[in-house]
Amino acid sequence: MEEFFQQLTNGLAVGGIYALIALGYTMVYGILRLINFAHGDLFTLGAYLGFTLLVSWGLSGVLGGLAVAGVLILFAMGLVAIAGCLLERIAYRPLRNSDRLTAVVSALGASIFVQNAIMLVCGARSQVYPTGILPTTIIPIFGVDVSAMRFLMFGFSLLLMLLLYGFIHKTRLGAAIRAVAIDQDAAKLMGIDVNRIISTVFLIGPALGGAAGVMVGLFYGQITYDMGFSFGLKAFTAAILGGIGNIPGAMVGGILLGVIEALGAAYISIAWKDAIAFCVLILILIFRPTGILGERVAEKI
Amino acid sequence: MSLLSLKNLFKTFGGLVAVNGVSFEVDENAIMGLIGPNGAGKTTVFNAITGNYKPDSGEVIFDRKHITGMPTHEIVRLGIARTFQNIRLFKSMRLVENVLAGCHCRMKAGVFSSILRLPSQRKEEARAVERSMRELAFVGLDSQYNNLAGNLSYGNQRLLEIARALASDPRFLILDEPAGGMNDQETEDLMEIIHAIQGRGITILLIEHDMNLVMRICKHLVVLEYGAVIAEGTPEEIKKNPLVIEAYLGAEE
Amino acid sequence: MNARIIDHPQFSLLVGVVFFMLMAMVPTGLELSGVSGGGIAQLDVLNKIGIYAVLALSLNIILGQTGLFNMGHAAFFAVGAYTTAILNTMYQWPVFSTMPAAGFLAALFAFLVVMPIIHLRGDYLLVVTIGIVEIVRIALMNNIFGITGGPNGIYGIARPALFGLVFSSVKLQYYLIWSFTGISLFLFYLLEHSRIGRAFNYIKHDDLAAAGCGINVARYKLMAFVLGAFWAGMAGTLYAANIRTIEPMSFNFYESVILFAIVILGGSGSNAGVILGAFLLVGLQDLFRGFDSARMLFFGAAMCAMMVFRPQGLLPPRRRRYNAWQLVGKFASAIRRSYPCDEDKRNDR
Repeated sequence: MEEFFQQLTNGLAVGGIYALIALGYTMVYGILRLINFAHGDLFTLGAYLGFTLLVSWGLSGVLGGLAVAGVLILFAMGLVAIAGCLLERIAYRPLRNSDRLTAVVSALGASIFVQNAIMLVCGARSQVYPTGILPTTIIPIFGVDVSAMRFLMFGFSLLLMLLLYGFIHKTRLGAAIRAVAIDQDAAKLMGIDVNRIISTVFLIGPALGGAAGVMVGLFYGQITYDMGFSFGLKAFTAAILGGIGNIPGAMVGGILLGVIEALGAAYISIAWKDAIAFCVLILILIFRPTGILGERVAEKI
Repeated sequence: MSLLSLKNLFKTFGGLVAVNGVSFEVDENAIMGLIGPNGAGKTTVFNAITGNYKPDSGEVIFDRKHITGMPTHEIVRLGIARTFQNIRLFKSMRLVENVLAGCHCRMKAGVFSSILRLPSQRKEEARAVERSMRELAFVGLDSQYNNLAGNLSYGNQRLLEIARALASDPRFLILDEPAGGMNDQETEDLMEIIHAIQGRGITILLIEHDMNLVMRICKHLVVLEYGAVIAEGTPEEIKKNPLVIEAYLGAEE
Repeated sequence: MNARIIDHPQFSLLVGVVFFMLMAMVPTGLELSGVSGGGIAQLDVLNKIGIYAVLALSLNIILGQTGLFNMGHAAFFAVGAYTTAILNTMYQWPVFSTMPAAGFLAALFAFLVVMPIIHLRGDYLLVVTIGIVEIVRIALMNNIFGITGGPNGIYGIARPALFGLVFSSVKLQYYLIWSFTGISLFLFYLLEHSRIGRAFNYIKHDDLAAAGCGINVARYKLMAFVLGAFWAGMAGTLYAANIRTIEPMSFNFYESVILFAIVILGGSGSNAGVILGAFLLVGLQDLFRGFDSARMLFFGAAMCAMMVFRPQGLLPPRRRRYNAWQLVGKFASAIRRSYPCDEDKRNDR
């Protein structure tokens, strides 16, 4: 029971991070029908930007723990958002009207580029986040000692997701994003500036990814230049699990995948932990390709 | 003796009932028309016959065999070929290659005979090219066989689709708006081709909005509205049918 | 009709023959040119290019001809290489005799894993195949069935031998690998110009229209995968025999990306393009070995740039030509008589 509870809370914390990254995939996919392979590497970029800020500016000496974390996350979100926007301009916008394979290959190229740029600048060795920024308090719940950091992680992911959800559903810009996702041409005819909407999505998605990057750094304490690949792929799995293009779906899928993975690693095999997510991916695509919350769309013949 | 019969076909998309209990029969070697206002479910009926959609309920019987829900390629093998409303040619391929696609299901060469180019495969290949050229000649496109399908005029693309369908040696041919986008002269030629297809012993079912063509070429018509058959009969009967007039022109207040 | 040689239906065959005749002279040429070490280093790189060329050609059937986004080709390659390594080191099978087994097992593996997902479209298939290649790598790392040697892999694979001739020198390996490449290329060329090759192409262009023409789309998609995997498995034998030590990291996701890139950048669907792609990507990688770290950066940027400026690849496929002119002449009159309709009027258009 204790083991189960530990793994469950751990899964929720990681799942929140998956969900944040998955949102970036799902929003871009919803609008451009493109798997933004570079998204995972933008997430890594966020982790490294946070690290740089933390180490070179010596923030932790000036501010309290949570405030440092907040500043780091905001800083990473802003810069990664700019990077995402640039990426869209350079690698995706010229391919807006070409076929999907072309865009996917460009996305892969962008992913390789960003990943190796990070490696060249920051080195191939893993970096260690300074500890002691977030409280390491242990909270006893139902007689089980659980690290408070997990709740902090999960809570913060949830907060960002709720903000996004509110933005998408309560603002004019959010309505425009939804409109473009449903039908770009119709949205254009209604006077929506599609390019601006796509840029907005490439600001929001990477910003969330950047936040997730810093959170991973704070949570695990260690970051590597190629972690974007496995985190990205798992987050994409989460997006498909929830129903690609569907924002609440990405949230549910991310959290669910985090929990499945944590429990699987504990009860099946730790060595096969990384394979679990891929098995989930394959199974979901075989049995319910539209995901949990996705709708079946008939193809027009 | 009817070659194809539909029995109480239903098909819904989400909450929308696209085909609502459609039944009709097509006689051997007839030219039959399926007409109705836009969105009446005509193409959906076609897609249910050709296996592109699986009907929710009802039966499709072709030559005394139940073909309901069978995969498209098997239905084509049984002898039902079709053209598409929104022309689906292999645009970057040559005319002759497009027609060869139709021959595919009547050919046998497997991986080994293809990869080793056995004599049987070469003979079959030559026969298929010959057949394709015959079908291109049949619709009058043989001189352009090495052109790309995408470079053809709209009307000729429709003819190429017909040639491709004919190459699969069908007994039953389904034409989805064959005269769509054609000028008057092209439509006249098309009518001759359709008669010639009938002359080859092939049964034809077509959807068409050009009433002039439909009334002149079809001996029997089925009218669809809101996914259901509202009238059936000869062109003369259909022209006089008040339900049909209402469906096309709207009810008189 | 203009009679330019480049338009001749057998032009690509001619180019291929000339190319392989030149390739056959390379080792002697290198020796005569007095390159240091007798050209061993260069031949080594060419061997690697040859193996990648076979792999990319086999991926080309799946990705280039049939249009299926397979990012997991390294998985099939791995199954073949490990089959050879295991049969050779544990059961002492001669390397050559493991080749059919390697091909067969890779094909069987492809059949089993791809069958349930064959209906997936485009990028979904891409992601699943990435999943497959990762699962295979993790399985190899975890020493699955206790026979893959875990993270260290398997070493001590024997040299291939045929009728007492042991392919021990780099030069002999070169002849072996490039003969295999040549044979594969020729067989693929024949396949491309057959009913099967056309069916692959129809599916790539429009699978719904292909089904409407009577093509069993799922069957041919699966066939493309099985054929491609069979060849990738055999390439695995060549690789294992050439490098003699195999480890899981040689079959990771990036290996698949490089193969994918060879096909796409060379010219999707074009055998000549794929060979060129193998030379450029593998050869240049070796040239830039000094700048190891910046190599992949450049590679990524090149992928983006190519997609923006030349998405069809360096050497896009030549369109098949048909020599149907004689057929038209011979049959035209007969055709017109055989079907009762007014042909001549239509021909005026």
